[in-house]
Amino acid sequence: MNNAAPTCSPHSHQGHSVSQLMLHVLLACVPGTAALVFFFGYGVLFNLVSLLLMALLSEAAVLRLRRRAVMPALRDLSATVTAVLLALALPPTAPWWLGLIAIFFAIVVGKQLYGGLGYNPFNPAMVGYVVVLISFPVQMTRWLLPQGATDALPGFSEAVTIFFDGELLQGIDAFTGATALDSFRQQQGAQLVSEFRQSSPVMGQWSGLGWEWINVGFLFGGLYLLYKRIIRWHIPATVLLTLGLLALLFHDGGSSASHGSPLMHLFGGATMLGAFFIATDPVTAATTPRGQLVYGALIGIVIYVIRAFGNYPDGVAFAVLLANFAAPLIDTCTQPRTFGHAK
Amino acid sequence: MNNALPKLWSLPGGIHPPENKSQSLNGPIRMAALPPQLTVPVTQPDYATPQLCVQVGDRVHKGQALVRAAQSSGLLAHAPAAGVVSAIAGYPVPNASGLPELCVVIDTDPTDTRWAKLKALDYPGASIDTLIERIADAGISGLGGAGFPTQLKLRSTLQQVDTLVLNAAECEPFITADAALLCERAADVVTGGLILLQITGAGRCLIGIEDNKPQAIAALQQHCSDDRLQVVVIPARYPSGAENQLIHILTGKEIPSGTLAVHSGILCHNVGTAYAIARAVVHGEQLLSRITTASGAALREPANYEVLTGTPVAALLQHSGVDHTQLSRLLCGGPLMGIELPHAQLPVTKTTNCVVATTEAELPSPPPAQACIRCGLCVDVCPVQLLPQQLYWFARSKEYTKAQAHNLQDCIECGACAYVCPSHIPLVQYYRNAKAGIREQSDKHQRADYAKQRFEVHQQRVALEQAQNDQRRAERAAAVKAQPAAAPGTSAQDAIAAALARVQAKKAAQSIDAGKQGDSK
Repeated sequence: MNNAAPTCSPHSHQGHSVSQLMLHVLLACVPGTAALVFFFGYGVLFNLVSLLLMALLSEAAVLRLRRRAVMPALRDLSATVTAVLLALALPPTAPWWLGLIAIFFAIVVGKQLYGGLGYNPFNPAMVGYVVVLISFPVQMTRWLLPQGATDALPGFSEAVTIFFDGELLQGIDAFTGATALDSFRQQQGAQLVSEFRQSSPVMGQWSGLGWEWINVGFLFGGLYLLYKRIIRWHIPATVLLTLGLLALLFHDGGSSASHGSPLMHLFGGATMLGAFFIATDPVTAATTPRGQLVYGALIGIVIYVIRAFGNYPDGVAFAVLLANFAAPLIDTCTQPRTFGHAK
Repeated sequence: MNNALPKLWSLPGGIHPPENKSQSLNGPIRMAALPPQLTVPVTQPDYATPQLCVQVGDRVHKGQALVRAAQSSGLLAHAPAAGVVSAIAGYPVPNASGLPELCVVIDTDPTDTRWAKLKALDYPGASIDTLIERIADAGISGLGGAGFPTQLKLRSTLQQVDTLVLNAAECEPFITADAALLCERAADVVTGGLILLQITGAGRCLIGIEDNKPQAIAALQQHCSDDRLQVVVIPARYPSGAENQLIHILTGKEIPSGTLAVHSGILCHNVGTAYAIARAVVHGEQLLSRITTASGAALREPANYEVLTGTPVAALLQHSGVDHTQLSRLLCGGPLMGIELPHAQLPVTKTTNCVVATTEAELPSPPPAQACIRCGLCVDVCPVQLLPQQLYWFARSKEYTKAQAHNLQDCIECGACAYVCPSHIPLVQYYRNAKAGIREQSDKHQRADYAKQRFEVHQQRVALEQAQNDQRRAERAAAVKAQPAAAPGTSAQDAIAAALARVQAKKAAQSIDAGKQGDSK
């Protein structure tokens, strides 16, 4: 018998751990990431690798400063997930320093300064993303043209040059352009939706060229997370439902004043990544079942409002952060009825 | 027997831990050998002082009462075997507090097997009072876990009980004591159910049992010939065997928070208790033994034992072939709600349904707790629909008001939340601490209120005395004023005149005296 202090019941455990949950999230990112790499090339991989390194280093550095154990925190893979989600959100033309600033605000400010995993009120990846989006709008809105809209994506050496200093590469403008959502928003009022789809090189079947498949990839990953019970259905379902309903309501059949079809919104931009991977971050989301419905709906509304009436190309990050603010209040107001209490 | 398929209600939440029941259900119930020494707890409800009726050195026979219990409130304990009382002192027993309880230690005498039973009762003819008295005399307490004296539970419920629930769910892993009992002695369990029906006057008796015990179900159904009895097979899910949860599954009723099932017209007893009642009424047997499961990977032969109360746990482990090199932890009860025993010398009590001698491989030690990521897995499994992750937060920061607003007091400590927690946080421990903190706080408030009341009463008394004094003073003053009402202001002159007159009279007297002395010279 061991002589440790007696433990409190329960003495058995299902055997799950935080790192296993995070590992499933990383696995679920694979299809969407693969599609992103296919359509946008090496830049995505550079973002992934560099942000991962910087995230782990900065997490370790802050933990050391805070005199906390470094390895257990790194092994829980939460910093890895933050780095991956942030890397997937950054444009593939992002120079290294953009990623560094983003990851600093995500890991150091957004997460560790609030007390580390479990104590951060805001989704760290989105904190980092929004800081660079507001500070460096030029770099943040300069996406590559997707595979199919352009003859050649930047090759490896060109991608390296872009990564280390994008401005140095001659003719970078040949590769780059606004995203589908962005160019759709900018053309609003000029063309019928159908005309625009014909004329724009970045538009695809239902949504942005490439983006629709990237979103299908993340949708598959999300379904995997649901199947594995890593996330609950409440948040993604309400995000997608609200966004789809609002898009349907304002679609008006595709006139030049249309804000885009439901399919365009559901399979455009960061919708699926946001609904299944970002809005479901358990630490910063609402946790009661009814609260998660409210929380998801709130995110869906804000995404649509920003996309349709706002000035940013996509609204997922702002929507999630705004809902993060509301989460504690939502939780307080949506406490479930306890067994044995009045209905 | 009623064959209609009963409607079942579903339990919110719940978990499916590995059952680990087959190991100990392989063979028949074994008789545990008489140990050389029995340590019999004589603990009373609410930790009242037991009135012992034996002394150290006394010879006791099997079935002799060790304590005198007040009929209406106590719990009798009997000598489980003949022998000599060698000590009466506090010993550690399997309880959550870890505090020792008063025990009578008997050095057993294997040659004396005589059992002084009570007179068998003819139960269908016996009165309710006689039956309850018999249950008290046999020292029967709830065998399911809480150990509350059965007679008290019955006496408190002689009002409108319409449904009797016999709990055979046995939802916790490893434990098979009730299943083994039903497989071999279902007839007595059913008799116990009928006796309870007679006492309570309930119209029906539902026997709730999980679907993972086919043999026990068959045995029960074979003996349930009475129409009022109904065997209800429920899906196996932990914690469907918790009293209020089982009642909900069987009847759809939610016992309102803070009340007892009895207040809703339902009385729930464990099948082991029903068996003990039948033995006491029909055979006059006191409750001297119980069926205890010995299981776990550190035992070569897990089995169920009929064990005399007071037998050291070590004896069971020995019978089952314990491998001490493998043994990592010893649990009393199951792995979800059981308590860890400090060593194997603790006695089996009336509530010890299972001992699990486990290995590190079977039930690994918990890894260090990580931060709560509010994943909400605990919310999904909570059978009471609490928000365990919020309660954890409040318990940790000692925000007891918020914890109470989130109904911490409704937590049944089943451990489902901690079982699924990916951060391995010992949630139940936090809740227990918080509940204790809330109790302490309310005690403190009560004491403070009492002190405040006393202070206020004291203040009132002081004020009253002051007022009375003032009044008396005022009355005296008024009386003095009233006497020479004629001419105010003359009283002082009168006094001076009187004093002068006294002085003159004195002087005169002195001069007379002097004159007399002079005369005598």
